[in-house]
Amino acid sequence: MAEPTRNERPSIGSWIDSRTGYKGLLHEALFENVPGGARWRYVWGSTLSFFFVVQLITGVFLWMSYSPSSQTAWESVYYIQHQMLGGWFLRGLHHFVAQSMTVLLVLHLMQVIIDGAYKAPREMNYWFGVLLLILTLALSLTGYLLPWDQNGYWSTAVTTNIVGMSPAVGQSLQTVLVGGVTYGHLTLTRFFALHAGVIPGVIILLIVGHVYLFRKHGLTPKQPLKGPDQGFWPEQVLRDAVACLAVLAVVLFFVVREQGAPLGAPADPAEQFSAARPEWYFLFLFQFLKYFPGNTEIIGAIVLPTLGLVLLMAMPFIGRWKLGHRFNVGFMGAMLVGAVLLTWQSLNEDRRDPEHQVAKAVSKRDAARAVDLANAGVPITGALTLMRNDPYTQGPRIFSRNCASCHRYDGHDGMGNALPKDSISASDLKGYGSREWLQGFLNADTILTTRYWGGTIHTEGDMTGWLGDHIPETPEEIATRRNVVLALSSQSALPRQAAMDKKDSAQIAMGIAFMTNTKNGCAECHKFQGVGTDSPELDGWASREWMVAFVNDPSHPRFYGRDNDRMPSYGTEKSLTQREIEMVVDWIRQEWYTPKTAVARK
Amino acid sequence: MSDSDHAPARRNFVAKAASIVVGGLISVVAPVAGLFTLFDPLRRKTDTRGLVRVASLASLETNGQPRKFPVLDTLVDAWNKTENVPVGSVYLQRTGDATVRVLNSVCPHLGCSVGYNASTQGYFCPCHRSSFTLDGAIADPKSPSPRGMDELEAVVRDGDVWVRFQNFRKGSPDKIVV
Repeated sequence: MAEPTRNERPSIGSWIDSRTGYKGLLHEALFENVPGGARWRYVWGSTLSFFFVVQLITGVFLWMSYSPSSQTAWESVYYIQHQMLGGWFLRGLHHFVAQSMTVLLVLHLMQVIIDGAYKAPREMNYWFGVLLLILTLALSLTGYLLPWDQNGYWSTAVTTNIVGMSPAVGQSLQTVLVGGVTYGHLTLTRFFALHAGVIPGVIILLIVGHVYLFRKHGLTPKQPLKGPDQGFWPEQVLRDAVACLAVLAVVLFFVVREQGAPLGAPADPAEQFSAARPEWYFLFLFQFLKYFPGNTEIIGAIVLPTLGLVLLMAMPFIGRWKLGHRFNVGFMGAMLVGAVLLTWQSLNEDRRDPEHQVAKAVSKRDAARAVDLANAGVPITGALTLMRNDPYTQGPRIFSRNCASCHRYDGHDGMGNALPKDSISASDLKGYGSREWLQGFLNADTILTTRYWGGTIHTEGDMTGWLGDHIPETPEEIATRRNVVLALSSQSALPRQAAMDKKDSAQIAMGIAFMTNTKNGCAECHKFQGVGTDSPELDGWASREWMVAFVNDPSHPRFYGRDNDRMPSYGTEKSLTQREIEMVVDWIRQEWYTPKTAVARK
Repeated sequence: MSDSDHAPARRNFVAKAASIVVGGLISVVAPVAGLFTLFDPLRRKTDTRGLVRVASLASLETNGQPRKFPVLDTLVDAWNKTENVPVGSVYLQRTGDATVRVLNSVCPHLGCSVGYNASTQGYFCPCHRSSFTLDGAIADPKSPSPRGMDELEAVVRDGDVWVRFQNFRKGSPDKIVV
């Protein structure tokens, strides 16, 4: 009987082992037999497990800074992305690993089907895998909403409305999922709980089951075997690790290239968002829906996808028939080719759609603007308040809805959409009040173009007539006209012209002198600096106050009076609020908040 | 025979070492990315406030009774910035015709809110029973607070009391700005 050697103290490892049995577990984990030796084709499951762990880690760290409510979700994500040290990297990692997981899942599934690994006795494991695939997609869907930006908001509106279309329980299911009939705080808290709690929890259970069953039945060796059996450790582990490194490198490439994950403008239920698209791997479903108009929509949205899933689940049974395996491989191939074609079609349609391109440009502009505004501090009512009160953001929208039926802004409707030529009936307001704009206006030829009065009744008016009778010819006359342009433009007090106005004060003074001349200057008609009688009055012409008052009521005697062409009195008729009028005026005058650090931004 | 035994052993060693190196490499990326944001608050400096008007001198009792006032200033809370909201509160006490004593109302012990007790003419923290005299000094030697209440810089200008509001590290015998 050998006594334990004197004073032999058990090592820490064996102490823990005697209490936990971890060595056996580790041995079990690492010394799985790999029939035919380690191969690269067996790595996909490991890359998926690795990425899932990366998602757990990055997800928990994001959780530490994320705040799910409709006034703080976008704001906290903005804070992570733009204020926290390395926050963009953390978000980017979480975002692009999620994307890669979808790709890897499809690859994994393809391999399982092609190798027939779904067949007996591995059916249960196959179903676990399909469930894992579905749950991972559910993670994508729920995660897409959490930043509470325009794209996530509107895409989620669509997916939850599809849920609402399901027969019988659809409506109730949607209300429960959304936390009410409208989207808000409860939608975020519920989606967040699903995304960070429920779904990952179920996934962990399923992965445990999936790996347990995988170990129980062993991997499905690819015939013919390459060589003698090997242990999982280290040959296969090394291949798995290298594969993980490779997919991670791809992810990191995208994280750095995209500087993190995209973040659109804060969600606005009242703001049309034509650029809404699901994540790229759902585009095929999005496109598929287009083939089911009207009442048939439920077929494309629910019936056929469910059937496809049922067929996927039934593969182990189908595989038992003589041609079953070939059918399964063929079905999978057809699904993949179909998905690729539909995705391509969707992208192609968007690329060729000028309206979608404009919508995308606007969404980019809004997203950048939201960040600029938020950098100065967000009010507790949320970043949306900043956007709704911002001339740079709202000006073009108010203009396109209210002004663009007659006016143009640089030839378009303010948002960048082209408009039919024949609809132009009033001047183009890009640069209104500036020297450049006036130079063209106070010119007998160009005033008759559609950029100015070409489409108005003023083509027959006194001003057009006067310009035609007073075409400057001598150098002196030309200089005087230029002075008038400078003088009248200085009335607008455009901030961006302030320096020039100061520099040209002598010319402006000469211009003013001409304007106040009641014999043959502007004051012959226009009221200006106490002389002249007629309107529009030129004191403070095109200044902020003048423009706001003008838009309020262009038919006021101070402006066009009874000579007003067709312009509605937006203020007195209450078709626009005072703030809306101010915002569109500020936008035309290009007066909006500009961040001091604008130059420093990349 | 021994040769063919060694070759796989060597190869095995290289594979093991490579697995550990590559495995280690891929394992650190996510945690490190997260740790940066976790430690982000450490690099943020507390904003130093200027003088803030807290009250008019006339609103203070001439008999030296202190009175509590909120300090309204800009509150920056992560992404939120809110103007003119309470950022803390102070006790103002008149000490002369145009002089005041300003005490931060937070206990220097562990940060509870200190109350004023008119009957004992002193301050008392209900959490751990620290007591302070009217000038903020520790009243009862058994008080757990390591220092007296924090006095703040104040000026009286045109009949108004302006205070430079600051918070200090708790639980330390020294008054260190946080």
